[in-house]
Amino acid sequence: MISHLRTMWLVFIHLFKKKVTIEYPEKRVELPPRWRGRIVLTKDPDGGERCVGCYLCAAACPVDCIALQATETEEGRRYPEFFRINFSRCIFCGYCEEACPTYAIQLIPDFEMAEYKRQDLVYEKEDLLINSQGKYPGYNFYNVAGLDAGVKEKGKGKDEEKPVDVKSLLP
Amino acid sequence: MTVMQHIWIVLGVLFVFLNIAAGLIWVERRLLAMWQDRLGPNRAGPLGLFIVLADTLKLFFKEDWIPPFADKWVFILAPAIVVASVLMGLAIVPFAPGIVVADLNVGLMFFLAMSSLGVYSIVLGGWASNNKYSLLGALRGASQMIAYEVFMGLSLMGVVMLSKSFNLTDIVAAQENMWFIVTQPVGFVIFFIAGLAETHRLPFDIPEAESELIAGFHSEYSGMKFGMFFIGEYLGISLISAMTVTLFFGGWLGPAFLPPVVWFFLKTFVFIGIFILMRASLPRPRYDQLIGYGWKLLLPLVLLNLLVTGAIALWLRS
Amino acid sequence: MSLVFYISSFVAILATIMVITRHDPIHALLYLVASFLAIAVTFLSLGAPFAAALEVIVYAGAIIVLFIFVVMMLNLGKETANQEKGWLRLRVWLGPSILVLVLLAEMIVVLLQPQPTAMPAAVVTPREVSLSLYGEYIIAVELVGFLLMTGIVGAAHIGKHKKKNLHRYLQTYPNLN
Ligand code: SF4
Ligand code: SF4
Repeated sequence: MISHLRTMWLVFIHLFKKKVTIEYPEKRVELPPRWRGRIVLTKDPDGGERCVGCYLCAAACPVDCIALQATETEEGRRYPEFFRINFSRCIFCGYCEEACPTYAIQLIPDFEMAEYKRQDLVYEKEDLLINSQGKYPGYNFYNVAGLDAGVKEKGKGKDEEKPVDVKSLLP
Repeated sequence: MTVMQHIWIVLGVLFVFLNIAAGLIWVERRLLAMWQDRLGPNRAGPLGLFIVLADTLKLFFKEDWIPPFADKWVFILAPAIVVASVLMGLAIVPFAPGIVVADLNVGLMFFLAMSSLGVYSIVLGGWASNNKYSLLGALRGASQMIAYEVFMGLSLMGVVMLSKSFNLTDIVAAQENMWFIVTQPVGFVIFFIAGLAETHRLPFDIPEAESELIAGFHSEYSGMKFGMFFIGEYLGISLISAMTVTLFFGGWLGPAFLPPVVWFFLKTFVFIGIFILMRASLPRPRYDQLIGYGWKLLLPLVLLNLLVTGAIALWLRS
Repeated sequence: MSLVFYISSFVAILATIMVITRHDPIHALLYLVASFLAIAVTFLSLGAPFAAALEVIVYAGAIIVLFIFVVMMLNLGKETANQEKGWLRLRVWLGPSILVLVLLAEMIVVLLQPQPTAMPAAVVTPREVSLSLYGEYIIAVELVGFLLMTGIVGAAHIGKHKKKNLHRYLQTYPNLN
C-alpha cells in the first residue's frame, strides 16, 4: 500500500519535470553527422562525379533498391548513365555507403522525404547528385587510383611507383 | 420545483456529464503524457482540445461492423447498457442544494443498483461477440464486478450509519461540521478501490487487459459501439468521482467565496485526476490476486469497519 | 401511481412469458432481468423503494449475472437443444400443467372477489424495513443466515484444494518436504 502511494507520488512529480518532446516542425531535431538518412551522390573537389559505376552498392543493398547502368567517357572515366534508388524500399542500413570504394554514395542526416505518391519516392540521378563533397572533403578517387582519367597522369600520384615499362628488359 | 425547471436540470446534467466524458479523452491523454514526460496531443486546436472532436468524428465514420458469428441483438444492446446505467446513476448525485435530478430517499441504494447493472454490458458484450478472448474478458469482468460490488455497498454503510439516511442530500448535509473522510477513512479507501474495479479502469482493467486478452470483452466492437464503451468508461469515472466527493468529501460544501457547484466540480476533477494518475503509475494485478485481495482482505476489513462504526455510533448515542 | 403499477406488472408478465418460451438460455435470462426490473418498478409504485432497490441489486445485479456466467461457460450447442426437445413429451408436462392450471383458476377466483382495500400508498422507509427485520422477523433473518453460512462452508469445501506444485525432486522424496 505504502509503496503504491509512493509510486503514485513519484509519477505525479513528473508533472513538473522537463518534457522530452521536441515540437518538431517548429523546433528541429539535432541529428548527429553520421545519421543515416537520405542518400546522396557526391562530387570530387574539382566537380567531377565520384561514382565510377562499379555496382558494389547495388550488390551490397540487402533490399535491392539501387539500380544503375555504368558507361564511360572518351577519357576512360566511368560514370553511371542512370542511377536510381527506390526509397520506398530502402531501409537506410548504410551498407551501400560502406561498400562504395569512391565515397560517392553517402547517407546524410535528413529524413524529411515524405511524399503523397509512392512513385515520387523513386529518386533518379538528378535528384541524388549534389554539388558537394559530403563527408569526405578533399578526397578524389583518381588521385589514388592507377588510372589516368584526366585527373593525374599515371605514376604521378603520392607514393605511387612509376608504371613498369613492359617492353623493356631492364629491372 | 416546476416541471420546466426539472427538465432543465436533467438536460443540464446530461450536457455537462457527456461533455466531461468527451473532454476526458483529452484530459486523460494530456495528463498521461505529462506524467510520462511527454506533451500529449497539442496540435489540433488550442492546446490540442479539438482532439476530442477529431476522435469523435473518427469513431462516427468508422465502419460499424457486427460480426456475422455474433448474437446480433445482444451485441447491439451491450454497449447501450453501460452508458444508460451510468447516466441513471448520475440522476441521484446532488451537485448543489436543489440541483439534483431525483432526490430519492433511497438514493444510495439506487446508485448501487445502477452500478450493479453495469456489469451486464461487459458480460453480454463478451458473450455476444462469440470470441474466446471476449468471453474470457466477460468472465473476468463478471466475477470482478460482482465481488467488488459487495465491498462497495458495505463500505458505504458506515456513511449511512453516521448520517442516518440513504438520501444523498441528507448525507452531504450531515457533513456540515466534518467530512466523512475523517470519520470513515477505511470506508473511503475501500469505496475508491471498489469504484476502480467497478469501472474496470487500470490498474483493475483485467476484463480488457490489452496485453493478454486483446482488449477483452470489446475486441469485436468498432465504430460508435466501441465509442459507447469508451464514453461509458469515462462516465463511470466521473460518476465514481462524483460519488466519492458526495459521500466522503462534503459534496458541494466549501468556503463561501465560490459557489457550491464550483466546489463540487473542483473536488470531482481532483478525483478524476487521481483515477488517471493510478492508470499512469500502477501495474495491473494478476486475476487471482485481484479476486483474492477482494475476498480475503477487503471483505474482513470492511466488515470490521462496519462493526467499529456501529459500536461507536451506539456509544455516542448512549 | 396505479398506472405505473399496471404498466410495470404487464411488462413483468410479458417478460416472464418470454423467459419460458425462449430457446436460447441467454435470451431467456435477459428477459428474466427485464422481468425483475419490472417487478422492482412495481415495488416502487407500491411505495417500497427499499425493496425495489434490493431487488435490482441482489437479483438483477448479482444472481442473474451468476446465472449468465454459468450458462456462458456451459457452451450449449445444437445437441443439447435437441436433447431437451426430447424431454418435452406429453407425459412429462401434463402433470405440472394441471397443477399450475389449478393454481391459475384459484388466483382468478381470488382476483374476482370484491376488493375492499385500496392499494397502499404509504412509503416504507429503509428504517421501517430494518426495524421489522431485526425486531419482528429476527428468527427468520437468523435462519436465513444459517442457511447461507452452510452454503458458504460447502462452497469453500468444494473449492479448497491443496496447492501441489512441488519440484519433481521433492515429489520423488516426499518426506523431505
Ligand atoms: S541504405 Fe541500405 S537499403 Fe538503402 S540503398 Fe543503401 S544498401 Fe540499400
Ligand atoms: S555509388 Fe559507389 S559503389 Fe555505387 S556504383 Fe558508384 S562507385 Fe560503385
